[in-house]
Amino acid sequence: MLVLAPLLVPLTTAILAALLYRHAGAQRAISLAGGLALLACTGLLVLEVEQAGRLSVAVGSWPPPYGIELVADRLGALMALVAAVLGVVTLLQQWSSADPAPDSPGLHPLLHGLLAAVGAAFLTADLFNLYVWLELMLIAALGLLVQGGEPRHLEAAFKYFALNMLGTVLLLASVALLYGATGQLNFTALSAAAAGPQAAALPVYVALLTLAFLVKAAAFPLFAWLPATYHTLPAPLLALFGGLLTKVGVYAVLRLLGEVLTGSPPVLYDALGWLAVLTMVTGVLGAAYHWDLRRILAFHIVSQIGYLLLGIAFASAAGAAATVFFTVHNMLAKTALFLIAGIVWRLAGHYDLRRIGGLYDARPGLAVLFLLAAFALVGLPPLSGFWAKLLLLQEGFAQREYVWVAVTLGVSLLTLYSMAKIWLEAFWKPHPAHADLGARVSGLAPAYAAAATLVALSLTLGLAPEPFIRYSEAAVAAFARAGGPAP
Amino acid sequence: MSLLVALAIAATVAAGVYLALSRDLFRCVVGLAVLGSAVNLLVFAAGRLGPLAPPIVEPGALSLATTAANPLPQALVLTAIVIGFALLCFALVLGALIARRTGVEDTDRLRATEPEADDPVKPPVLD
Repeated sequence: MLVLAPLLVPLTTAILAALLYRHAGAQRAISLAGGLALLACTGLLVLEVEQAGRLSVAVGSWPPPYGIELVADRLGALMALVAAVLGVVTLLQQWSSADPAPDSPGLHPLLHGLLAAVGAAFLTADLFNLYVWLELMLIAALGLLVQGGEPRHLEAAFKYFALNMLGTVLLLASVALLYGATGQLNFTALSAAAAGPQAAALPVYVALLTLAFLVKAAAFPLFAWLPATYHTLPAPLLALFGGLLTKVGVYAVLRLLGEVLTGSPPVLYDALGWLAVLTMVTGVLGAAYHWDLRRILAFHIVSQIGYLLLGIAFASAAGAAATVFFTVHNMLAKTALFLIAGIVWRLAGHYDLRRIGGLYDARPGLAVLFLLAAFALVGLPPLSGFWAKLLLLQEGFAQREYVWVAVTLGVSLLTLYSMAKIWLEAFWKPHPAHADLGARVSGLAPAYAAAATLVALSLTLGLAPEPFIRYSEAAVAAFARAGGPAP
Repeated sequence: MSLLVALAIAATVAAGVYLALSRDLFRCVVGLAVLGSAVNLLVFAAGRLGPLAPPIVEPGALSLATTAANPLPQALVLTAIVIGFALLCFALVLGALIARRTGVEDTDRLRATEPEADDPVKPPVLD
């Protein structure tokens, strides 16, 4: 039953919160309690999976491959746990005065609906079921995008809808074509069917499926929806979207190309590698142009997606392990940066770097938090990003992909430029309006707690990387046994 | 039969893409809906057309014999229709709200989230 927890706990919370729509206080309490319960359940799930290896539930007792199967393996359980962590810190910041979303009755039900869809997407072992969860994710995300109700929110939701809808159409079409070619939707059965005698067009269908996931993951050249919409969100939702949603697309690519459809021709992985490199470069250049904190960080999401995809493109167990480690590091560091951006907005009064400053003098603690998160993102030792990039680069050198390695390092340098820009403008230079930043600001404690938790987790990942790297390797070793890429 | 269905799907996809590429807000939404319908047809056709034998899996086999009718795509299509319908309703209301509140129905002029830069080097300041 624990396998179903990442789906059922947030779903129950969403329903309870929806029923309590008249009582804002009770709704918030239920919401936070639900988030903590989800965290506890996913934590237990990770421990249980560590013991048992692979837990599976055939929904409605229809045995696979006929019924829908939900599977918790090391990778799925880990992703569900990190998603729960992000959910809790989001709710914490929503409870603070750091740019919280306006309190509307729909907010908490939609938020937990989103968490349920993401959790189920990490656990499902059925291709069509994965499509359904990605759609629920889209619907919940659209609901959260229009919460503000101003023209810019509506406009952002429309752009998000139109471009993601194309991804959806591609996804459904490729699922249909794959089903037509193999007659299977269950991952295990699909893997076996794809390994056997197959339709000649199968690689084309796999490419189409990968493309559909790349839309959801915001990879080059399909990322336009992300920087056009994310900055209209209030800080807690921005942190959740930025940390979580695109990673589901990456996870789907990893699962499909790494475990299920491993017989795909090498040209597909090569193409993915070049797309990853282009994603890194375009994302980081977009970030370098912008001066709005939210927009800078949103473009960095795109850039980091490139790193994650590059690990998959290596088509090896070491590459996949690097992607797993990098994903966890990135979800923590990225969300921390967005939470800190919310605190900066509350203290200095704006998101645009040209309108703020003087935070180093006024709030040295916040400056330290920002530096740790920013340096983790850049990849300075001994922070978590360093080990993530080291794993990636080691595999790059082992496979003699020197161009990819060079671009990866260059993009890291540009990331450092972006972070240094934020540091110089928001923290070092005096406030342009000479506002008094020393005054006590009430209601920031939960936001600080949320950001500090994530930075502490990222630090742990960086200072004691061994167990986490071993866990990542174990997570994809299960892949290799299931017919995945040979180590 | 298969060729006919394939041609019908291709025509629907073409119509959907043509409409979706339009700059008009509502044509764009309708185009995406038509595109979604075309893909629903594709899912339906993926379960093969023609065979009428009852869908019973032979003992020991893992999938239906190719001579049997396949009921699974119908269940899949039903799910996809429900999701597509919900998204279409949402998008239509969203489009109507945008048109009413901003008076703009041209997607090229929807620039509230990404205003055009007036400075050659730096982007404009957002709210």
